[in-house]
Amino acid sequence: MSRKISYSSAINEALHQMMLTDERIFLIGQGVKSPWYVGNTCKGLLERFGPERVIDTPVSENAITGAAAGAAVAGMRPVVVHPRMDFMLYAMDPIINQAANWSYMFGGRLNVPIVIWGIINRGGEQAAQHSQVFHALFSHIPGLKVVMPATPYDAKGLMISAIKDNNPVIFIDDRRLYGIEGEAPKEIYSVPLGKGVIRREGSDISVITISYMVGEADKAAKHLVKEGIEIEIIDLRTTKPLDRSLLLKSVRKTGRVLIADVGWLSYGLSAEISAFVSENAFRFLKKPIKRIALVDSPAPASSVLEKRYYPNYLNIIRTAKELMRG
Amino acid sequence: MRYTKEFLIRLYRTMLRIRMCEESLVEPILKGEIKCPVHLCTGQEAVAVGVCIALDKKDYIFSTHRSHGHYLAKGGSMRELVAEIYGKTTGCSKGRGGSMHVCAPEIGVLGAAPIVGGTISLALGCALSSKIRRQKNVTVSFFGDGAAGEGVLYESLNFSALKRLPLIFACENNLYSTHMPIKECRPKSNIFEVGIPFGILSFRVDGNDVLKVYEITKEAVRVCRNDKGPVFIEFMTYRLRGHVGPDDNIQGLHTDIRSKEEIEKWKKRDPIKNFEKTLLKDRILKKEDLEKIRQDIEEEVKEAFTFAKRSPYPKIKDLRKYVFDE
Repeated sequence: MSRKISYSSAINEALHQMMLTDERIFLIGQGVKSPWYVGNTCKGLLERFGPERVIDTPVSENAITGAAAGAAVAGMRPVVVHPRMDFMLYAMDPIINQAANWSYMFGGRLNVPIVIWGIINRGGEQAAQHSQVFHALFSHIPGLKVVMPATPYDAKGLMISAIKDNNPVIFIDDRRLYGIEGEAPKEIYSVPLGKGVIRREGSDISVITISYMVGEADKAAKHLVKEGIEIEIIDLRTTKPLDRSLLLKSVRKTGRVLIADVGWLSYGLSAEISAFVSENAFRFLKKPIKRIALVDSPAPASSVLEKRYYPNYLNIIRTAKELMRG
Repeated sequence: MRYTKEFLIRLYRTMLRIRMCEESLVEPILKGEIKCPVHLCTGQEAVAVGVCIALDKKDYIFSTHRSHGHYLAKGGSMRELVAEIYGKTTGCSKGRGGSMHVCAPEIGVLGAAPIVGGTISLALGCALSSKIRRQKNVTVSFFGDGAAGEGVLYESLNFSALKRLPLIFACENNLYSTHMPIKECRPKSNIFEVGIPFGILSFRVDGNDVLKVYEITKEAVRVCRNDKGPVFIEFMTYRLRGHVGPDDNIQGLHTDIRSKEEIEKWKKRDPIKNFEKTLLKDRILKKEDLEKIRQDIEEEVKEAFTFAKRSPYPKIKDLRKYVFDE
């Protein structure tokens, strides 16, 4: 049965339902009992499952993430939360050296079924160290899967799939999305890892996007249609592994590509998609690929700069029109 | 006599197995037959054996780049170890890990890795998983004196003490962090004291005395099984070979800058030779018995090398196998 639910409540519901079904699942990280840290995504978990399975921790990202990985190696299925992705950088060794490599290094005899949940928390003049997203960085690493839901339906379904997967999955959500509402089943369901979805069909431009920018693309589409431009919105949902066949199908149809990322321009997701499309669908392209991404600068504090720093639907409208010109 | 004859022979035999297996790697390394970096534990066998024999099969260990001794002492297969070092598909990690990544999940060897301090947090999480599951398994985290320079050790000390985890911090202090003598790494040679501010039961023992190692570990295991963990033990020992490879000076790399006099001094404290003397003096074993044990091990080592050399290499088509647990 489906009903409307908020993005953050969808995550909360996924955690409740999965923890009920499987005793190996536990939640660990800084602030799991504090809405200031995690919104209402962890509401009621401590009361229901107790402090042994809902573990609020001291500020020790490196050891705690490593501990989650170690528990996973020992047969548990931990979800480790980082209420701000910026602080996850302390945990790069357990994530990249250890969790991501463990299955390979040991010839598949050991694995690390862990969800490493990093929350994007940006805007509001929070400046450079309270604004970052590292999906491109993690997507670069063999052995990691990376998901970034844009809707309540996907937030729940991808969290469930991430927990069920036998590999380390980086789950990245955005606090700006916590309040949005959408349809999602009450029951447990999965959104497959590595599968994107077409949010809106269109014949003119493939707008390939993710996370927060999916909603912006949707807004842009409503404006563009008035000017006779039909964009096709592809929500990747997973950045690693990339849903390549979906991309190719769309690009073959439209011949124009606009990539709208939530991360920096250089060496990022948009570069990867651009390279992939050029390598595999060059002859279908009517125009060079266009990219919308953060400029290569740390996030500013001053809201005057901040407003310019984060792209939105207006950037998509402008760039889409450029693509259709001439 | 506090110990049975069988038990003492088991200690001796296990140490000698490690020594003879390690030493048999020297020639193939020098000939270039073995290509992966090999960190021999010759001289440190008493720590591996004393610790691992105090554990049950269901207890866990996490290890370092110098892990062969731990692996064998815990009960890992010698032929699979040698095959791994030869990069063969029959190796304990199917030829994907090499000497630095040995595992034997069925007997609780949950992995080894050379990132200094990198497995401490994994062991922390493994111990946490036992606590969550209310199981009595103890986890041992082996690390060297060099790892005492890593921040993750202190995060892990804090969290393990906070949660009273069944975790033994087993620091093998061989006085050198690669080429750096400990006095150039730390203002005081007092690694075991790092546990004290966290309220952790902390000890330092002679790591070249297998019975002392066994006794302190047995006590640490008892403490951990009674939910009074963690325990920190610093084992004073010495590697008789270079940091990596048989001896850096033999290999002409000159990264090992220890004096000959120092090495000679420690050779007099060889844990196996000294234990052998005790066994003879106490009439536990006769010279012929020693010879018989040696011959048996020689056979085993020979068989392990034959197995390794005859085993197939991994197939090129399987290069990417095991990146993910499918």
